[in-house]
Amino acid sequence: MAASTLKIENLHVEIEGSEIIKDFNLEINTGEIHAIMGPNGTGKSTLASAIMGHPKYEITQGSVHLDGEDVLEMEVDERAKAGMFLAMQYPSEISGVTNADFMRSAINARREEGDEISLMKFIRKMDDKMDTLEMDQSFSQRYLNEGFSGGEKKRNEILQLLMLEPKFAILDEIDSGLDIDALKVVSKGVNDMRNPDFGCLIITHYQRLLNYIKPDKVHVMMQGRIVKSGGAELAQRLEEEGYDWIKEELGIENEKVGDQEQEV
Amino acid sequence: MSVDTKWTYDEEYVKEYSQNRGEPEWLTEERLTAVRLADKLELPKPEKTNIKTWNFTEFKHAAAPSESISDVENLHEDVQKLIDRSTEEQNLIVFRDGHSVYRSVSKRLEEQGVLFCDIETAAKEHSELLKQYFMGKAVNVDEHKLTALHVALINGGTFVYVPKNVQVEAPLQVIYWQEDPEAALFNHVIVAAEDNSEVTYLENYVSFDEEKSSVANIISEVYAGNGAKISYGGVDHFEKGMTTYVNRRGYVEKDGRIDWALGQMNEGNTVSDNTTVLAGDGSYADSKSVSIGRDNQSQNFWTHIIHHGKHSDGQILTHGVMKDKASSIFNGVTKIEHGATKANGEQTERVLMLSEKARGDANPILLIDEDDVTAGHAASVGRIDPLQMFYLMSRGLSKTEAERLVIHGFLAPVVNQLPIQAVKNRLSEVIERKVY
Repeated sequence: MAASTLKIENLHVEIEGSEIIKDFNLEINTGEIHAIMGPNGTGKSTLASAIMGHPKYEITQGSVHLDGEDVLEMEVDERAKAGMFLAMQYPSEISGVTNADFMRSAINARREEGDEISLMKFIRKMDDKMDTLEMDQSFSQRYLNEGFSGGEKKRNEILQLLMLEPKFAILDEIDSGLDIDALKVVSKGVNDMRNPDFGCLIITHYQRLLNYIKPDKVHVMMQGRIVKSGGAELAQRLEEEGYDWIKEELGIENEKVGDQEQEV
Repeated sequence: MSVDTKWTYDEEYVKEYSQNRGEPEWLTEERLTAVRLADKLELPKPEKTNIKTWNFTEFKHAAAPSESISDVENLHEDVQKLIDRSTEEQNLIVFRDGHSVYRSVSKRLEEQGVLFCDIETAAKEHSELLKQYFMGKAVNVDEHKLTALHVALINGGTFVYVPKNVQVEAPLQVIYWQEDPEAALFNHVIVAAEDNSEVTYLENYVSFDEEKSSVANIISEVYAGNGAKISYGGVDHFEKGMTTYVNRRGYVEKDGRIDWALGQMNEGNTVSDNTTVLAGDGSYADSKSVSIGRDNQSQNFWTHIIHHGKHSDGQILTHGVMKDKASSIFNGVTKIEHGATKANGEQTERVLMLSEKARGDANPILLIDEDDVTAGHAASVGRIDPLQMFYLMSRGLSKTEAERLVIHGFLAPVVNQLPIQAVKNRLSEVIERKVY
């Protein structure tokens, strides 16, 4: 398969009238893992949600293209069918719908009518992926995210990633609230996906996740855009020295967006 | 009121009807008392729903007696779909227009001394036992015009009696099928479980004609003795023309328990009353009901648990989906009487609005006359959460499919609790059809 490209150009995003993302540019190819790092409040999660089509975020300028197709013209489900995936920081709880039923519907939604995944094949795949993520089998019959702990929700997001096998995944703070063992398991899941047909954008403010999932490129986000890019060594330096040196280098006083009053 | 003048069922008619059915004298007397009351009493006044113009009195009372059906295959196709044919132990009665036309009861049930028969037979063959329960502690004939009319005109129903310490494992299933679109159904159900017994009863009400109009006036009396457990499932799906009054009442003694799971899917106007009295200490009731309102349908649901017993526990869950211009009022009432110390009552009413023109009211009411209790309620009326939609659609589900999942999930508490797979499947199909 030829490599796919997700291209974000000059993106501006507003929420309730205030601009959070300002002139954001990034290009990711399949086969690459990018990480976006940055302190809290710099627009990282907004970026993730906006690309996927979150109803609260308004894109006022710029474009997102997947292999030349205009992503912003697509409905949310069309984005997913085109190969995009967002592992959410706060996934919704859906009562009365089992994890298994939901995932089967999601898999079948990407397939043609009459070509639905067979029940046996589905069960085998789900069992297999749940083993990878060290999830108890009972999860398949629990209601989607209902009563899940924070860590269980994260695992469940990664389970969906493994089941749906998208071209591009955005992982929004998939490491927050995970203990070290859970972090390793989740990382293993993502590393299993690593292949020439898969591209990934990892959003995090801790470097520790990147000890387990080695990024090809690391970007630092401040004031709603990328202010510095580098390789894996950039993450290492951020871990050791924090973000202040970047701010000094670039003359940034307040790295946050949409909240001018807030102290640095 | 104009409808009153068309009322043609008088004492003479009722007496003759009762005698023709070969009923015991006490039952004829009950009917006669009732018909006199019906003349005087007013219609019930359900909160926020005006039923004065609804048709409760114009109908054909006695449908032609129908021949019994020897094979399930000869039943209406949609009736067959409610029947699990793979089960080893089948306990099933099918009624057509109030007459029992098919009955299949396991040997085991008879050996256990369980009675499971139509009410006409019960009146003839088990008159004394029936009398003990009929219009007993759970319901009064003189509550209003509809209860009185009901008793006067009973033309169908089932009697279930489970002796002490008997556990009935396989569910008892009854299908009340209205074939004649003008025939009214005055259905009376009694489920009596003696001390420490256990039984599961599941009923379906169905009709298939959308055009003609008639009336269903239903009362169920459900008695759980000391330590007895009754699981009562009901799926109502009468077509448009049918105006329904359905009153399901429970009465629970010490440490007894009733679990209700009601799928209220009628297409016509409906008044529903589901009241459980927790009479004994440590008694328990769980009342779950789900409904869908569509077109111009008007419905009023009343779920009521009354606590008398100490340590009694009552749980109410009501979920409604509203479409088109339909209107539904959901009243949940937890009443804790003085002396019911350590009682716990909780209720949830949730209404999902799929149309701006629909109306759905959730009214949670706690009436508490005792200090030493715990109680709580939650109510909400709203649309499908846009974040839920975003989440589901971000996995590739279309808007329709995402909504479908959310709605099925919302109605799942009742669907999941029904004990017969065929009925579950059928209810899911009905939900599917009603929502899309």
